[in-house]
Amino acid sequence: MRPFDYHRSEDGRDAVKAASEKGALFIAGGTNLLDLMKLDLMTPSRLVDINRIGLKDITPTDEGGLSIGALVTNSDCAADPRIREDYEVLSRAILAGASGQLRNKATTGGNLCQRTRCYYFYDPDMACNKRKPGSGCSAIGGANRIHAILGASDECIATYPGDMAVAMAALDAKVVIEGQGGDTRTVPVRDFHRLPGDQPDKDNILEPGELITHVTLPAPAKGRHIYRKVRDRASYAFALVSIAAVVEMDAGKIASASLAFGGLAHKPWHDSAIDDLLTGEAPSEALFDKAADILLADAKGQGSNDFKIPLARRTLKAVLREATGERS
Amino acid sequence: MTRHLKMDTPATSRLLDELPSKLTGKPMDRPDGPKKVSGTATYAHEWDIDGKVFGVLARAPVSKGKLVRIDKSALDKLPGILGVFSEDRFLRNPAQGTADEAPIQGVSEISYFGQPIALVVAETFEQARHGAHMLELVCEADTDGVYDPEASNLSPEKPEDDQLDQGDLDKAMAEAAFTVDSTYRTPNHNSAAMEPHCSIASWEGDQLTLYGSYQMVKYNVNELADSLGIEPEKVRILSPFVGGGFGSKLGIAPEAVAAAIAAKEIGRPVCVTLTRQQVFENVMRRSESRQRLRLAADETGKLTGLGHECLVSNLPGESFHEPVLQATHFIYGGENRRLGMEVARLNRMCAGSVRAPGEAIGMQVLENAMDELAHTSGIDPVELRKRNIPETHPEEGTPYSSRPFAEALDEGARRFGWDKRNPKPGQQRDGEWLIGMGMAVAARVNMLMESKARVTLNKDGTAIVETDMTDIGTGTYAILTQLCCDMLGLAPEQVETRLGDSNFPKASGSGGSFGAASSGSSVYLACQDIRGELARRLGCSEDELQLENGNVSGGGKDSALTDLLAGENIEAEGHIEPGETMEKVKQATYGSYFAEVAVNAVTGETRVRRMLGVFGAGRILNQKTATSQCYGGMTWGIGMALHEAMEFDPRDGHVVNNDFAEYHVPVNLDLPQLDVVLLEERDDWASPIQAKGLGELGLCGAGAAVTNAIFNATGVRVYDYPATLDKILGGLPELEMA
Amino acid sequence: MTDTTLRINGEERELSADPRTTLLDALRNHLGLTGSKKGCDHGQCGACTVMVNGRRINSCLTLACMHDGDEITTVEGLGQPGNLSPLQAAFVKHDGFQCGYCTPGQICSATAMLQEVKDNWPSNVSDSLTGEAKLTPEEISERMSGNLCRCAAYPNIVDAIREAAEASS
Repeated sequence: MRPFDYHRSEDGRDAVKAASEKGALFIAGGTNLLDLMKLDLMTPSRLVDINRIGLKDITPTDEGGLSIGALVTNSDCAADPRIREDYEVLSRAILAGASGQLRNKATTGGNLCQRTRCYYFYDPDMACNKRKPGSGCSAIGGANRIHAILGASDECIATYPGDMAVAMAALDAKVVIEGQGGDTRTVPVRDFHRLPGDQPDKDNILEPGELITHVTLPAPAKGRHIYRKVRDRASYAFALVSIAAVVEMDAGKIASASLAFGGLAHKPWHDSAIDDLLTGEAPSEALFDKAADILLADAKGQGSNDFKIPLARRTLKAVLREATGERS
Repeated sequence: MTRHLKMDTPATSRLLDELPSKLTGKPMDRPDGPKKVSGTATYAHEWDIDGKVFGVLARAPVSKGKLVRIDKSALDKLPGILGVFSEDRFLRNPAQGTADEAPIQGVSEISYFGQPIALVVAETFEQARHGAHMLELVCEADTDGVYDPEASNLSPEKPEDDQLDQGDLDKAMAEAAFTVDSTYRTPNHNSAAMEPHCSIASWEGDQLTLYGSYQMVKYNVNELADSLGIEPEKVRILSPFVGGGFGSKLGIAPEAVAAAIAAKEIGRPVCVTLTRQQVFENVMRRSESRQRLRLAADETGKLTGLGHECLVSNLPGESFHEPVLQATHFIYGGENRRLGMEVARLNRMCAGSVRAPGEAIGMQVLENAMDELAHTSGIDPVELRKRNIPETHPEEGTPYSSRPFAEALDEGARRFGWDKRNPKPGQQRDGEWLIGMGMAVAARVNMLMESKARVTLNKDGTAIVETDMTDIGTGTYAILTQLCCDMLGLAPEQVETRLGDSNFPKASGSGGSFGAASSGSSVYLACQDIRGELARRLGCSEDELQLENGNVSGGGKDSALTDLLAGENIEAEGHIEPGETMEKVKQATYGSYFAEVAVNAVTGETRVRRMLGVFGAGRILNQKTATSQCYGGMTWGIGMALHEAMEFDPRDGHVVNNDFAEYHVPVNLDLPQLDVVLLEERDDWASPIQAKGLGELGLCGAGAAVTNAIFNATGVRVYDYPATLDKILGGLPELEMA
Repeated sequence: MTDTTLRINGEERELSADPRTTLLDALRNHLGLTGSKKGCDHGQCGACTVMVNGRRINSCLTLACMHDGDEITTVEGLGQPGNLSPLQAAFVKHDGFQCGYCTPGQICSATAMLQEVKDNWPSNVSDSLTGEAKLTPEEISERMSGNLCRCAAYPNIVDAIREAAEASS
């Protein structure tokens, strides 16, 4: 870990200002940033501690939704009675991730910025375009069981590892970002993360010095909320495939559906064509297969992760069966 | 005073069963427990030593090649840096267990990715870690590194003493009513003890004290001295608490030697702790294996032939190879046998002992093959095993010592409800889950090792046990205390057990499951000697002597213990040595495992719903710690069956998943509540206290019970461990809407 | 160097250290509190678990200087030999450890986890997110899965936590 200048901010304006210099990064929970700094994989020259600038509340919005402060911890978010009642898929996704200790520290804004778990990104002696643009991608042709089958490029096949953002993508949440000039912009979670393309070093659309202040949830979506996470051990492991689904039934037909996928791509995967296909239809195995066909039309395995293609299909169909079936 | 016993003949008395105090075997709480639960037990990193500074190792960034030079210029302007060390005495890899001498040394030749080739020492840990990152190690990579043990252009070595060709296996296979011919693969495993390896080296003149985390202190002293080129008398090692070993801390390791070299040069104590990534990269791996199993059986399921041929690997120059065949030699009959071992030389980190070397994967795979034979022949798996219990050692003809093999099978089957298993795979569903049952046999060789202990009966009637034996979580503090209590008629609070100091009498150390029986026997012998002295003083025979509640009686006389001591301590040393009983009979430990699993019909995820282990290991010295050992072993078995595997990059052999996020040891939720039954047994051939080894028996086949249950649940036989969901997915049924 | 005031186990402690010092390394290398253990240094094992302002966290993944004024409870603050907390005593009785290295983290984690259940936080294995949090063995196992134990004392850890929880309710 390289030396850095530690700056503790007491308010958001000061934080954004303190982060204006090159090499500065915000630190909130620190659970991923310090992990990476210890391995010399991230080397900020300044850390701006934002833990005391507020942004720790969940408040109602005028639109009937909720605004989650960027520094609300994952634990507090998952345990909030309104989230549990009206946005179950979000509580479930958060609870499926990490451990109790990590969730107590990790924050809403920080979790959105969680970096990939690609083995080669995590090893300073390996070529990685995400860490060192132009150095190459060691994962291609290497060990890639946990890597992407959707939206990857020749330069990067890493996946986004989180759970929370997958549920937020299904809920069509929005990220509120404050810029250096004090202006704010709002970006859908679905557009917050990027595909790697030829710039895999950029995980998301945040510009240097920009601060996530809130995530807003739209008015509660009715229907069945499901978060299904498939992984190698029963707990405390990253997703091989995960699916967030919010599906409302009406008179035997799917009134609305919103699905997002984790573990498959460099971002939480959302394809409105799947939601559109399902909406208005009666559930059937054929319909579910079509949904999987859309999801996996361009899927490409890297060898050791080929299994994710049938796994995603099977899991998607099971989630849809559960979401459209009789409540047990 | 010394009492010595060489185990040439079986024990003739079972004194521990006759003493008035019967603490041995009872589930006594660990005396070291209060310290451990309050954070006051001192592990290697934690010794409060004045002037302690910190060192961080730097690794070779190539898999095979040469260290050309070290560029330290980036460190010049860093604060706190005290030195950069890199020299020929550095260890290439840890010493193998009981090596008693230095392993291969040197930094100029690089044999594997991650080899520690430099040490940066600084005032603080933060400065040293940064320095190690900034250090530039200029290496020249060779192009002829070998990374694939099964590469067609390799000619693996065939260790002469590990080949057996008896009868005609090919003929037996051709003539058999039922056969199995299957090839299995198991991956590399890492011990992954929770405490990373750590040493603090501190010199006073030419005298070195090493505060380390080591399992076998007497060997470690010699290994460290030899590595440094100094006399063993100049080395003291302290290792009273070890945060898990599992074989990974058997031999002296690179951090100890590097710390000692740096501390000498700097003139201050140096603490070097491996990072978790370094533990994965340069502490012993259990070798991957390819195992071909051939079974030939007659119509009744009786084996007529048994073949077990393995390929494992290690670094060039290492004598150790995973002893996969260890239990195959004696567990089942079959007169036509071919057992073979091949060792490929790779540029992968060193292979060495990882908990239950040999049986952990050998029994696992043999028991899969037996399950295949049961399925093919239609004979119940438990019954099939019972039909193949040999009368005498199938290769050497020697008799067995105590062997509760059939008993473990029957007891396990009864308790588990084995009769409710449907032998036809894929028949039981519970919602989305496919349910299955599987079983396997446990077997592990038994060993006794030379061990010494000193017992001092203090003039106030309390006692002290001292030995350089270690407690790596196995319960040594408890069992040695219990033995001493029984032998001297004392209460646990009157006995203090001191371990892990090389100034104490030299014990077996912890390894190979032999620690408890070996060190326990030495304490027993020392106490016997004290009993002899007390009997002499009282004027009765040793056989007549009764010690209870501070009273001594026998031969119609009695006395207060303190009166007999008359203001002086009695000190005695016990010394046990293995002898001819190791050859006259085949000594081993036995058991059975029964598991019920649920396999998700959508995803292939497996969860163990319940698991039972029934074990016989001679006299159990502490019911509580012994049960815990078995829980641990069975959990390792579950991990090995379902998700543990070190992954190596096929292109350069480096460890890809070098942390706990991606090397999946079982977590709490992976475990059902486990059941363990310990059979009442005494083995007079094994040790004077009738005890055998137990620490590893819990995993010697455990994984097979799980994968056999997966087969019963799904019809999918996994030949390539671990049985992660991707290996099962293809064999799962298509589900439909309800 | 950064100056930080930490309230550890009820006692005010001044720390002057490199800002790179994690809370865990501050405890172990600067403040003489070696009960909290370093097993991985990356939040992947839980051996370093302490409570900060009543909540369990991985002390290896936070900087000491970020905790100026915070209340920190380490295993040493829960009880000492001769005066163990009910949970510590239950760990001894049920053999909820073997080598003991993960144990302080397990005990800090379990202490805070029981409060989380009292606060009715749900877990990933809770059937309902809106019902009452129950302390079944499965719930304990899930909630304790952030604490690895390679000796695998898990069944005993679950028993010890159940007993301590029942005794306190």
